[in-house]
Amino acid sequence: MVSIHPSHTEKETEKETEKEKNGALLVIEGLRAAIDGREILKGLDLSLPAGEVHAIMGPNGSGKSTLAYAIAGKPGVIITGGSISFMGRDLLALPPEQRAAEGVFLAFQYPVEIPGVTNLSLLKAAVNALRKARGENELDSLDFMDLVHGKAAALGINGEMLDRSVNAGFSGGEKKRNEALQMALLEPSLCLLDETDSGLDIDALKVVAETVNAMRSPRRSMLVITHYQRLLDYIKPDRVHVLAEGRIALSGGAELALRLEEQGYAEVNGGGAGKATA
Amino acid sequence: MKPAHAGDSARFDALASSNYKYGFVTPVETEVAPRGLDENTIRFISAKREEPEWLLEWRLGALRRWRTMNEPAWARVKYPPIDYQGISYFAAPKQERKPRNLSEVDAELLRTYSKLGIPLEEQEMLAGIKPRVAVDAVFDSVSVATTYKKHLEEMGIVFCSISEAVLRYPDLVRLYLGSVVPPEDNFFAALNSAVFTDGSFVYVPEGVRCPMDLSTYFRINAAGTGQFERTLIIAGKGSEVSYLEGCTAPKRDENQLHAAVVELVALEEAHIRYATVQNWYPGDAEGKGGIYNFVTKRGLCRGENSRISWTQVETGSAITWKYPSCVLEGDGSAGEFYSVAVTNNRQQADTGTKMIHIGKNTRSTIISKGISAGHAQNTYRGLVKILPAADGARNKTQCDSLLIGASCGAHTSPRIESRNPSARVEHEATASRISEEQMFYCRQRGLDPEDAMSLIVNGFCREVLRKLPMEFAVEAQKLVEISLEGSVG
Repeated sequence: MVSIHPSHTEKETEKETEKEKNGALLVIEGLRAAIDGREILKGLDLSLPAGEVHAIMGPNGSGKSTLAYAIAGKPGVIITGGSISFMGRDLLALPPEQRAAEGVFLAFQYPVEIPGVTNLSLLKAAVNALRKARGENELDSLDFMDLVHGKAAALGINGEMLDRSVNAGFSGGEKKRNEALQMALLEPSLCLLDETDSGLDIDALKVVAETVNAMRSPRRSMLVITHYQRLLDYIKPDRVHVLAEGRIALSGGAELALRLEEQGYAEVNGGGAGKATA
Repeated sequence: MKPAHAGDSARFDALASSNYKYGFVTPVETEVAPRGLDENTIRFISAKREEPEWLLEWRLGALRRWRTMNEPAWARVKYPPIDYQGISYFAAPKQERKPRNLSEVDAELLRTYSKLGIPLEEQEMLAGIKPRVAVDAVFDSVSVATTYKKHLEEMGIVFCSISEAVLRYPDLVRLYLGSVVPPEDNFFAALNSAVFTDGSFVYVPEGVRCPMDLSTYFRINAAGTGQFERTLIIAGKGSEVSYLEGCTAPKRDENQLHAAVVELVALEEAHIRYATVQNWYPGDAEGKGGIYNFVTKRGLCRGENSRISWTQVETGSAITWKYPSCVLEGDGSAGEFYSVAVTNNRQQADTGTKMIHIGKNTRSTIISKGISAGHAQNTYRGLVKILPAADGARNKTQCDSLLIGASCGAHTSPRIESRNPSARVEHEATASRISEEQMFYCRQRGLDPEDAMSLIVNGFCREVLRKLPMEFAVEAQKLVEISLEGSVG
């Protein structure tokens, strides 16, 4: 909302907050989510401006993956309170495929195997489903192949890997590179990278990070979920948030990740999180 | 005569609701034999077809055998007792005389095939452009048209209805009829031998490679009847032929019986590919109506290094009882069975194959994909039998089941009997469900639940579908998708 009337200082401040919110691509407020009746997210607030890369760190079981699933709309993650707004739209009202059409992409921590379905056929179905949902023409096979081969080569993915069944028998590194390929092809406006570094050796990590960095743009935001600082050496975040017990316990700049690396999550678990906000 | 086109048949659409597109009835005057089965029925059928005495005797012999036999009870299918005296065993569209060519065929029948998407018009033979498929169209108990017959005859290939073959090639028919599936083979084969009506006859002479796919389209139209077709294919030494069959039936509340027999004979070095896309009316969601598809199909690899491949996509029928099999008699002969069987709602399928290894170094491959949804029950039943003389015989069986939802069932009954220590038999079986994780993964990439399921199911069947001729594969893929519509929770 933009006011055309001049206003006094208090109003000005209010407007500023409002503007910031409007500028944010993703706004999560008071999010509560449960799995199998157990509450995992307990009133989480997060605002991700367009063009920024934020890291979500935190100990195991703090709810990092649940947050990614809640944004992507995984069935079984039950939202019990709060809201998620994405480019001004109520994301929670949409089924997963429509969230994808809006531009939400989740790079899975454990990419799913689909025997018999070739990587290429999933990629083509996905690209065309999104194009269709956005009112664009579907790509024919030739245009599609051109598109895929360019992006695949950059990730060291060859034709043989494209013809294999989706993730079936892929090594950990192959799976993550495959996720990066899908992300590069679908050109989402919000990338959720869930533990992308797990199962990656250092060389593969560099390749994936390159693709991710190449995709950074003023119109695209990323949420990088990771347990370790290592990934953030390659994908530099604008901000780092620490998730503990279902809430953002601590936020700061890139240096926060380094501090956590040295001191562990004890600081967060020890309480007083609010004061430590940098 | 004006060619039939799709617009003519628009009025059929009102009759065919829901996702079974072929459930309409053709309004054609039909001659139907009185219900019931006794010697007079056989004489009536035989007389209608102007058959020679030997065939009438053969039929009567089969009827006598049938009366002493019991309906098989070992399959995992359940249905109320069939009243064999309540069925009419012959139904044919009325016609002044037998049509000599396409222009004499009843326009209503031509419209029916046009609506079913079956081409009955012959294309001009142009240099460089070859038609891909010749069609024999069987409507209830009779063949109404066979295309490209003359063209094929020039190469010595016989492709006609079995009733025509009985009259024109009696020696061939007499030599081979019942040579692979004898009348006493089983209850339904005996019944078929007694009352069989039309089906196709194919003879490919030595050294000839059939230049186009041959295909038969079976259509049940009349109510209160059954269809009992008989197909016989003989491939001479070194010849090659690819045959396709398709079938549909109107939607009715009654169950109709389809008990066919198919016999294949491959001589030395011959190769027969036999593909089926079975889409008989499956009954409604509550299990009312639908075809009982009780079929005996068997191929004999008689010559050395001969080869028979069965490919089937079974999506229709209320109940399927069917085991296309290979008898590998010739040394070095090979049998193949590739199957996709889809059951949804209340459908039941008990299907599989038998590979009987008799000759040395015989090989067989079985790939079976069963998909079960709704409240359906889907059983793979297979037998691999290696006889003592079959030195070096090899079999590889892969048998996968996919379940959609929690109320359906998938069952596997493989049997292996090996009486030769040098034989190698491999069996692999898997059963899986379409997982929530797979669905979510696809949906996260933008696919809606129906598309996600189609993608996963097609991936599951891909190995088999790609064995089909290309146009057929596309059709079969669509059919699998349609059959599973509404099964995503």
